[in-house]
Amino acid sequence: MSFFKDAGHLFRFGFVFVIAFLGFLVLRHFVVPKSFGEYGHYRGASIAEIAAHPIHFAGHDTCETCHADILDTKKSGKHANVNCEACHGPLAAHADDPSIQPAKLDTATLCVRCHAASAAKPKNFPQVDADQHSTGLPCETCHQPHSPAIAAGGAK
Amino acid sequence: MSGVEGYMYPNEVTLYWSVLIVLYPYITGLVAGAFILASLVRIFHVDAVKPTYRLALLTALAFLLVAPLPLQLHLGHPERSPEMYFTPHATSAMAMFGFVYLWYLMAVLVFEIWLDYRRDIVLLSQSTTGWRRLLYRIMTLGSSNISPRALAIDERAGWIVTLIGIPSAFILHGYVGFIFGSIKANPWWNSPLMPVVFIFSAMVSGIAAVMLLYMALTKLHHEPIDMPCVDTIAMYLFYIFILDFSLEMLDLIHRVYEADESFRTLNFMVHTRLYFSQIVLQIFVGTLVPILLLGLTQVAKLPAIVRRRIYVVSGLLVQVGVFAMRWNVVIGGQLFSKSFLGYTTYKMTLITKEGLLSAIALCILPLFILWVLMKLLPPWSEQHDLAPHPS
Amino acid sequence: MNLDRRHFLIMLPAAAIAWEHVLAGTPETSPNYSMSEHWWGMLIDVPKCIGCGNCVRACQAENDVPDGFFRTWVERYLVTDVNLQNPVVISPDGGKEGFPYAAPEDEGKYFFVPKMCNHCADSPCTQVCPVGATFITPDGVVLVDQKYCLGCAYCVQACPYGCRYIHPEKRVADKCTLCYHRITKGLTTACCEACPTGARQLVDLKNPNDPIHAFLKTHAVQVLKPQMATGAKLFYNELDGSVR
Repeated sequence: MSFFKDAGHLFRFGFVFVIAFLGFLVLRHFVVPKSFGEYGHYRGASIAEIAAHPIHFAGHDTCETCHADILDTKKSGKHANVNCEACHGPLAAHADDPSIQPAKLDTATLCVRCHAASAAKPKNFPQVDADQHSTGLPCETCHQPHSPAIAAGGAK
Repeated sequence: MSGVEGYMYPNEVTLYWSVLIVLYPYITGLVAGAFILASLVRIFHVDAVKPTYRLALLTALAFLLVAPLPLQLHLGHPERSPEMYFTPHATSAMAMFGFVYLWYLMAVLVFEIWLDYRRDIVLLSQSTTGWRRLLYRIMTLGSSNISPRALAIDERAGWIVTLIGIPSAFILHGYVGFIFGSIKANPWWNSPLMPVVFIFSAMVSGIAAVMLLYMALTKLHHEPIDMPCVDTIAMYLFYIFILDFSLEMLDLIHRVYEADESFRTLNFMVHTRLYFSQIVLQIFVGTLVPILLLGLTQVAKLPAIVRRRIYVVSGLLVQVGVFAMRWNVVIGGQLFSKSFLGYTTYKMTLITKEGLLSAIALCILPLFILWVLMKLLPPWSEQHDLAPHPS
Repeated sequence: MNLDRRHFLIMLPAAAIAWEHVLAGTPETSPNYSMSEHWWGMLIDVPKCIGCGNCVRACQAENDVPDGFFRTWVERYLVTDVNLQNPVVISPDGGKEGFPYAAPEDEGKYFFVPKMCNHCADSPCTQVCPVGATFITPDGVVLVDQKYCLGCAYCVQACPYGCRYIHPEKRVADKCTLCYHRITKGLTTACCEACPTGARQLVDLKNPNDPIHAFLKTHAVQVLKPQMATGAKLFYNELDGSVR
């Protein structure tokens, strides 16, 4: 048929497309990660990868397994709901290997961050003007951090 | 936080989409516009602009080849970009880019150029020697049939390709507008008009670019400029420009009238940080002045030399204006905070991969590619019978 | 330490099992964790926040957040204008070292608003990702697959809350993961652990015993930018209308 003879070049052009498309499909089979589409349009394996990130904060439950005595002091005081690592920082390394000593805390920065008086803080939150309140003395001179209220017998 | 005025969410202070992301819609816009000019010949039989037909197609191809480069330079991991082909996310307009681009490149542009040049390619594969001969022979795909029947089939096929090509060109550039226009988080971008405005300003820039290139190239070859041709191009440019301007004004008037919660912050941004690029460059220098100049050529009988000067000036101002429009959309959309309480600054770098020098190089590269293409596939040949255009 | 009072393997067996898993570093979630049993969110109790910045510092320590970028941050609002359109908002370094002194003579009301990823049920960021590098897990946490992400930043543009950024070294998208590596092991998020006032609480909406259910019934709770219909799961108690 003369049409095919005269349109043969068009079929050749189309043929290039077909070959390229098939090549693409083959390549795709090898390249797309196996877990892709497991739960949705994403690599299912990434969920487990993200869940395996290292942990730096042990969580208050873990602290309490060894330091139950401090827990007893804390749970009847004003800092009952303040978790250990809120002040002591990330301690998963210490919980894993107790010979790793946690950093010493600097109350001049630490206590002041929460308790420095500011009109921005909620009115019922305990706050003081650090200079006037303690005339430069460190907070732990009068307050036991694990049960800080003096009237409740937490003073040193 | 230097350069920040008021309050920005902390992660918003840096701009994540740089001048390269401004360049990308500008380049694809030129592609779409140049193709529309070519389609005036094929589909609408506007024979007056025939001298620019092949040049328009080659220009479109040169710019289309460069278009992915600003994106690759911008990506944090360009080596992973094939993922867009292997696992495209169907809800993402950006995912469709890879396929729309490939479709437009191969099934529209390369196909149409091949069909139009096939006779020349076959003749050149027989008349040249060395590596050129091999190259042309590959381009023939092994078929040397240039009988009148085959050429008539090519003509018909080319007509169909161009017919499909017009909506394809609209999708190629319209989806870029949709990428911005569909983001509800950003009120400067979020608009159903965005794809339409992008398409019309693309047509304006592309048509003007081909007109400028045609005038420059004929001058370089010491040929006389075909005045009916450029007059016709300028006429189409003028009317499409009116449409484009009307759409942009519609968007603006709508925003000012509705004055929703974002209006105050956007208005302030336009009057301060975007004043030069939006009011001066985009609206005044890039739109009003060229419209007035082109309008002058439409209503007054001006001598050819004056018209040519006006076309050149207008064509250049149009490029400035359309580039400024892309800048105002992309950069402007990141200068204000989504809290509507502050602004940041774009610190454009110079020599980094997303810096000004990269942008300039990417603007020059297509011209170089065009030069190579014109050497390989001459748009105008000395022998007339080498490039017949049966209508 | 008084050995009689050590309840090491008697107390809190769940924490002990979880801790063993943590120590083993085994790359799968705990054996007693099933994704389909959870639907995570968070509750922020605005009146309780004191702007101490513990959460911002804890998040940075837990997740190696690069300086200058934030997976969570705290904003301080000063609202003086009756039409709520002009709050004065600051977030110095995300609130990491707390906030400057506010004088009692200042006009208007102050409050703090912690912000982070809202883990939207209909998240616009997952919608726009071109390759499926960001997604919502079956248990409701929006995550980024940093081995697959191209770094195109489309998700950063699409997030209405400004909680995403491109990691300067990894060059991929990054954001709050709701400490997925912790919550799947029975721990709470680092920010909740560090918060001294209980302003932040991790919630599991699928857990019938979670206090959130009772809380939602008895308090006025909002989400940020509800008009965006993102299905945000970050609930704010007593959120002022001026909050952006």
